[in-house]
Amino acid sequence: MKKDMDKQRKIRAVTGFALLVIAAVILFILSLASGSSRITADTVFGVLTGRITDQSAHRIIMDIRMPRALSALILGGGLSVSGFLLQSFFRNPIAGPFVLGISSGAKLTVALIMITSLRYGFAMNSWMMIGAAFAGALLCMMTVLLFSGKVRNMAQLVISGVMIGYICSALTDLAVTFADDANIVNLHNWSKGSFSGADWQDIRVMSVMIFAAFILTFLLSKPIGAYQLGEAYAENMGVNIRSFRVFLILLSSILSATVTAFAGPVSFVGIAVPHLMKGMFGTSKPVILIPAAFLGGGVFCMGCDLIARMLFAPQELSVSTVTAVFGAPVVIWIMLHRAKERSMS
Amino acid sequence: MINKDQKNKASSLHTDSLGAGYGKKVIVDGITISISAGEICTLIGPNGAGKSTVLKTIAGQLPAASGKVFLCGDELAGLKEKDVARRLSVMLTGRLTTDRMTCFDVAATGRYPYTGTFGILGDHDREVVHEALKLTGADHLCDTDFNRISDGQRQSVMLARAIAQEPEIMLLDEPTSFLDTGHKLHLLTLLRRLAKERNIAVVQSLHELDLAQKFSDSVVCIHNGKAERYGTPEEIFSGDYINTLYEIKDGRYNTYYGAAEPDGIKGEPEVFVIGGGGAGIPVYRRLYREGIPFAAGVLHENDVEYPVASALASVVISEKAFEPISDEAVNRALAIMEKCKDVICTTENFGTMNAGNLKLRDKGL
Repeated sequence: MKKDMDKQRKIRAVTGFALLVIAAVILFILSLASGSSRITADTVFGVLTGRITDQSAHRIIMDIRMPRALSALILGGGLSVSGFLLQSFFRNPIAGPFVLGISSGAKLTVALIMITSLRYGFAMNSWMMIGAAFAGALLCMMTVLLFSGKVRNMAQLVISGVMIGYICSALTDLAVTFADDANIVNLHNWSKGSFSGADWQDIRVMSVMIFAAFILTFLLSKPIGAYQLGEAYAENMGVNIRSFRVFLILLSSILSATVTAFAGPVSFVGIAVPHLMKGMFGTSKPVILIPAAFLGGGVFCMGCDLIARMLFAPQELSVSTVTAVFGAPVVIWIMLHRAKERSMS
Repeated sequence: MINKDQKNKASSLHTDSLGAGYGKKVIVDGITISISAGEICTLIGPNGAGKSTVLKTIAGQLPAASGKVFLCGDELAGLKEKDVARRLSVMLTGRLTTDRMTCFDVAATGRYPYTGTFGILGDHDREVVHEALKLTGADHLCDTDFNRISDGQRQSVMLARAIAQEPEIMLLDEPTSFLDTGHKLHLLTLLRRLAKERNIAVVQSLHELDLAQKFSDSVVCIHNGKAERYGTPEEIFSGDYINTLYEIKDGRYNTYYGAAEPDGIKGEPEVFVIGGGGAGIPVYRRLYREGIPFAAGVLHENDVEYPVASALASVVISEKAFEPISDEAVNRALAIMEKCKDVICTTENFGTMNAGNLKLRDKGL
């Protein structure tokens, strides 16, 4: 009977990953095929296989749609893993980079550096954006940590995070108000969250950052699993708590900072996707959940981006609008599920 | 010196004038204890005395403020985290909430110090976890979500977790809190058996003095910022010490019965109770509840009722153990009985030793 359970779990994991990969491939191709100019599936395959190289379709697919789909995949994955890290770290099911104000902090510093660069006329590059976002993310993370030491209650922690988020957003709005007219539109689009506008150089930079952080996170699977029982038990199992905590803070900050630098703040992915994956895989084991959260985040964001582009085409929605529509119900579901569980025990 | 070193080697856990506390604030100082494999050592003491702090320091979760801890002969401060984890496991107080973890998953976290980089369980690890769950009677819960089981079952799973870590020393912080009497007894019986069978040195903190007295090989009393006393349960639970340790003001702790009795009703006795053999106890309790001062007698000092009567009655007329009740005692009792409004006789049995009480009854009723 015990063996059966193990086998069942294995089958469930393999099926889960297979489904995610299939969904990712389908959504990726759909992203390439859909948009304001009509491109047939046949043309898409033609471009991908190198059969078609000279038409405008080639340019649209390779220079606009593919970078956009890739950035949704990579950044969505990063966002979701960072959410999983924060949930493990705070032992709080609704922790996430957006809820805790970390995304907003990154947004503020990125907006500030953007405005300064435009005013003083120096060129921005991806690394500067990431650096600024990281500084903002870390600053907010530290503030939240300061509060978390004082508040034991998970609702209070979230409230303090949301408040930090509001403060950062208000400051961002203030900065935008005083920026030159021409910049506002640009900044405004980005500050609502969007996967558009990435070029291949951006894709290279974000891949390096996100994949490096992802691999390091994956290598921490074992101590993260121990940490799920709480700090004291983890310590007794042989986890060096001090350095583990530092690692976790840095990794989740790097992940959410990179995402924010390229896509602006994207809401609810960090909370919703890890929970959806826990439900799908029936476990919270980090070895399974970290790659699952990454793939799931990518699929979720590609899907949401597709909807954002297509629903009212040619008018585009901000991706956060769509992620909120699908993500917020998940948070409510988590609450109800927890309440039910509590009443059962 | 050599002698002391040998003792360190022989005992699984040894502390040498250990000071425990947070940062510079030392809460408990000068703890020197030695626990051998198979023994249970229990920390007792009033709330907030620092029992948990001592346990955390022994576990290495708090740095020692002073002194040293030796695990199986090696100093704790010099051991790697993994080596500590292989020697010592803990079971903490407080409720654990998990997220999508079965009881097996929770118990399996005990294998942490033995698994590889990704913590994947091998066949041997699985075997050890199942065996541990079987030992604590939680094997049937394997596939159940940890959040959906009762408090008693939780403690069994957490104990299995601690066992699966294959430690030589186990630290348990109030393992019986949240449990009902039946589960308390079950857990401590299990612990007793485990210690012996697996040669584990157990250190625990308990609030239940009666259980501490019954299940421990040694007892450490944490009070006034130090290990005030350290000895066998027979040494600790004797005389008046427990009342001092817990600063009991409103009653007294009876070490024979492992129970606390409140102070009795003071004043001129209004009722005289002729008791003996246990039948008087309900009457004493009733009078106490009603707030009526009473006298009890004549009771032998070894009568089961004697401790209760001497706690609750305002006057007890007693006779030496194993002696027939003397005329002198009867006369003293009569003198008091005359002033009482009521006389209650709770016993029907009169023999050679308590023939005096028969006289009392005949005069009183």
